[in-house]
Amino acid sequence: MDAEISLRVDGQAHRLTVDTRTTLLDAMRERLGVTSPKKGCDHGQCGACTVLLDGERQLPCLALAVAHDGAEITTADGLAPPGELHPVQQAFLDQDAFQCGYCTPGQVCSAVAVLDEVARGWPSHASTDLTADPELDHDEVSERMSGNLCRCAAYVNIVPAVQQAGGRS
Amino acid sequence: MRRPDGQAKVRGEFSYAGDLHAEGMLHGVTLRSPHPHARLLRIDTAAARALPGVHAVLTAADVPGDLHFGLTLRDEPVLADGVVRYAGEPVAVVAAIDPRTARRAARAIVVEYEPLPAQTDPTLAADAEPLHAEGNVYRHLAYECGDPRARGVVTVENTYRIGMQDPAFLAPEAGMATPTADGGVRLEVATQWLHSDQRQIAWATGLPPEKVQVVLAGVGGAFGGREDVTLHTHACLLALATGRPVKMEYTREESFLAHRQRHPGTIWLRHSADASGRVVSVEGRVVLDGGAYASTSPVVIANTVTLLQGPYRVDNGRFEGWSVRTNNPSCGAMRGFGVPQAAFAHESQMDALAAALDLDPLEIRLRNALRRGDTATFGQRFTQPTPVREVIEGLRAVPLPPAGGKLPGGVGRASSPGSVRRGVGYAVTMKNLAFSEGHVDESTATVSLRDGHATVHCACAEVGQGFVTVAEQVARTVLGADTVTVTQPDTLIASAGSTSASRQTMASGTAVHRACVAVRDRLLARVARERGLDAGLLSIQDGAVTCDGTPLVDVAAATPGHTVRATEHFAHPPTTALGQGDVYVGFAFSAQRAVVDVDVELGLVSVVQIASCQDVGTVVNPTQLLGQIEGGIVQGMGLAVMEEVVVVDGHITNPEFQDYLIPTIVDAPEVVSVYVTDPQPGMPHGWKGVGEPPLCTAVPAVAAAVRDATGLPLPSVPIRPEHIALGIGTPPTVTRTTPRPPATTGGTALSEEPADRPGTWESEGAAGH
Ligand code: FES
Ligand code: FES
Repeated sequence: MDAEISLRVDGQAHRLTVDTRTTLLDAMRERLGVTSPKKGCDHGQCGACTVLLDGERQLPCLALAVAHDGAEITTADGLAPPGELHPVQQAFLDQDAFQCGYCTPGQVCSAVAVLDEVARGWPSHASTDLTADPELDHDEVSERMSGNLCRCAAYVNIVPAVQQAGGRS
Repeated sequence: MRRPDGQAKVRGEFSYAGDLHAEGMLHGVTLRSPHPHARLLRIDTAAARALPGVHAVLTAADVPGDLHFGLTLRDEPVLADGVVRYAGEPVAVVAAIDPRTARRAARAIVVEYEPLPAQTDPTLAADAEPLHAEGNVYRHLAYECGDPRARGVVTVENTYRIGMQDPAFLAPEAGMATPTADGGVRLEVATQWLHSDQRQIAWATGLPPEKVQVVLAGVGGAFGGREDVTLHTHACLLALATGRPVKMEYTREESFLAHRQRHPGTIWLRHSADASGRVVSVEGRVVLDGGAYASTSPVVIANTVTLLQGPYRVDNGRFEGWSVRTNNPSCGAMRGFGVPQAAFAHESQMDALAAALDLDPLEIRLRNALRRGDTATFGQRFTQPTPVREVIEGLRAVPLPPAGGKLPGGVGRASSPGSVRRGVGYAVTMKNLAFSEGHVDESTATVSLRDGHATVHCACAEVGQGFVTVAEQVARTVLGADTVTVTQPDTLIASAGSTSASRQTMASGTAVHRACVAVRDRLLARVARERGLDAGLLSIQDGAVTCDGTPLVDVAAATPGHTVRATEHFAHPPTTALGQGDVYVGFAFSAQRAVVDVDVELGLVSVVQIASCQDVGTVVNPTQLLGQIEGGIVQGMGLAVMEEVVVVDGHITNPEFQDYLIPTIVDAPEVVSVYVTDPQPGMPHGWKGVGEPPLCTAVPAVAAAVRDATGLPLPSVPIRPEHIALGIGTPPTVTRTTPRPPATTGGTALSEEPADRPGTWESEGAAGH
């Protein structure tokens, strides 16, 4: 069964007809040619596809496109105007927080959301005091970034990259 | 210097093989065998072909060229022929207008199988019914040095087991093949070795190699797992059959089934030492499960067997190994290439010896450390820098981390502090670098310079290791170029060999360096001619041509509109067959100390810190060097305590990241990395490969630390929670022996015939255990 939906991806409006079984990730990658979100597993296990969906981080490989009619999506490619870098992207570059780079668009989107979550005072499993404002220390960053696998294991540089972008270095 | 591809990668603009797209392209899908071993009685593709939107359905009968391929033996069919030998073996491929139609068509293919008994025990393979006309033994090797029966005062022996590890690069296999106007085909693919792919595709398509063009598409990690052909040939066959571009892309599950894994193995070792801890003799036997097809199994087994001595002087020993065919998944290259298996076994033995003699683990290693001038068990002399003592001393100087920190287990499985024990373990390893045993290790690069802009062309595959950074850095330094383009590698230039064996900075880095030097010399000669100067006085400094130190003109303005170009080749000195001299180009040495916290009740391990001291030649790019070391350590830690492809009756039971656990950012330990720099002879600036040693060393270091924390023998990796909680695993047999000096000294003797079948040699006897 097909359905017609509209999506706004990186500021651009799209109308498209999709099979109702199509994931949001496939709708973007195969139908809209938006390849910045990567497919590492298609099962919600690697985080490579992470995007910001209505401002929060989501795994579009686990979402059906029809369930997100009218959604506003930001991928790594839409975080900054062409040719420029978002502070998180700049920090990943500065800290060499990647090798092959396949996990990176997802890591970057996750990190943007992490900084937002911390700014809003949301605690994580690593937070020692659930009522205090979370500190961007090593354990806090790791815990919040732990849904994004990196097989090249650039992890040791991802933590300082997130801290740099969060104004703590 | 930052990665030149970095900006595109952090924005998600960098194009990977899975992002390839062409107007009118078709999608290819593979039908795989559900059986580990079966006869193919009938394949009926009529229903699949009849589906609307299906453009081609191919089986073995449709392969125009030679059906068989492989990196060593050509024993693997492009599509199954009469019999399937592993679960997941490709049987047919389909091209259709979209992935869904292609998958539907694959399901519509009718295949009748007659299941056969699956031969899955590698220790029985040599005597089992042959699974293939090529037999079940990919390679057997055996050799002795000195007098293997020499004994010291204590002898320890045990059998060690290493599980199957998946390279698990994050971007599943993908590529797109396009028919070319001359009747050939062009394949864009994520690979490690363009020319090897080209050759094997040419065999199957029946095309001359020059009509098969292979171009590197963006590679999302490799770690050895992209050295073999997987979908490459299928995509090309489908493109040639349909006349349209065909894209193929594996799912994660397919990726587990399709690419080669790290060889699981069983290693028996017996070490005898004198009272001071000096090793008197070593005897070792290895059985590696190569799975259904050869891939690089014949080469990997030689690495495992020859490096069983570790970075220690061993004058007396005998060594034997088999890599064998079974109906398990095929194994091949993975970062470390047979050495992590050897390293886990020999380092476990060194700790067992140290315990038996009540020696400090680092002290026993220092007493046995190889030195320059020593001879390996396999006859090669260590003529290059051999800084084993130096890496151990360098490691010893790194302070231990403070006690405390987070508990093992993480969210929801929290340990109670009372059951957590800290452990510290050490390991030292030796890794051979570059190709071996007479395989030519070479590369070629073309560099051109015009108005200050340099272009580098080389077939070296960038897989994330940072070759493009090294190439750009060299071009900027040698040529004073303002801007550098590293063009997409392809098969239009000569082969650069594989991005593996820690070899590309050495081979392709040197070829680029030589080409840059040649361009520089030509440029300077031209400037000298035009200005009537002595070329010998000219050099390039800070982007300018200088004469005797005085800037003359910017490189960008030196020869306006004129292109200076040079192509240069590099080859390591040739290596020889085993037993005939220099089997390996060189070696790198590495020492690590792992600190772990273990919940001994729940069996949970947290790796707190790994300190590493590695012999790196010279530091080319400090940031990327650290990245290679940390990456290797985390993958080694994965093999030590987390990762195993579980194969039951020939079937992989955990082909996804839900059940195959690769380390997350929470699992990754703190890494403290120090270096020994001892320039590698014959390399520009003394470069040396760095990618593999950290993995090889991390496996035994982490295992040793868990043993230290638990007091358990733990002879298998990965160490699983139940091994700790239930104390599973046999301790080494320790025998007090009567010293027996070697009857003969020196010399390495090769024996081609197995002494007997895999198993163990006669036991030293239980006396004194
Ligand atoms: S592709 Fe979505 S989580 Fe892996
Ligand atoms: S950089 Fe390769 S997977 Fe993260």
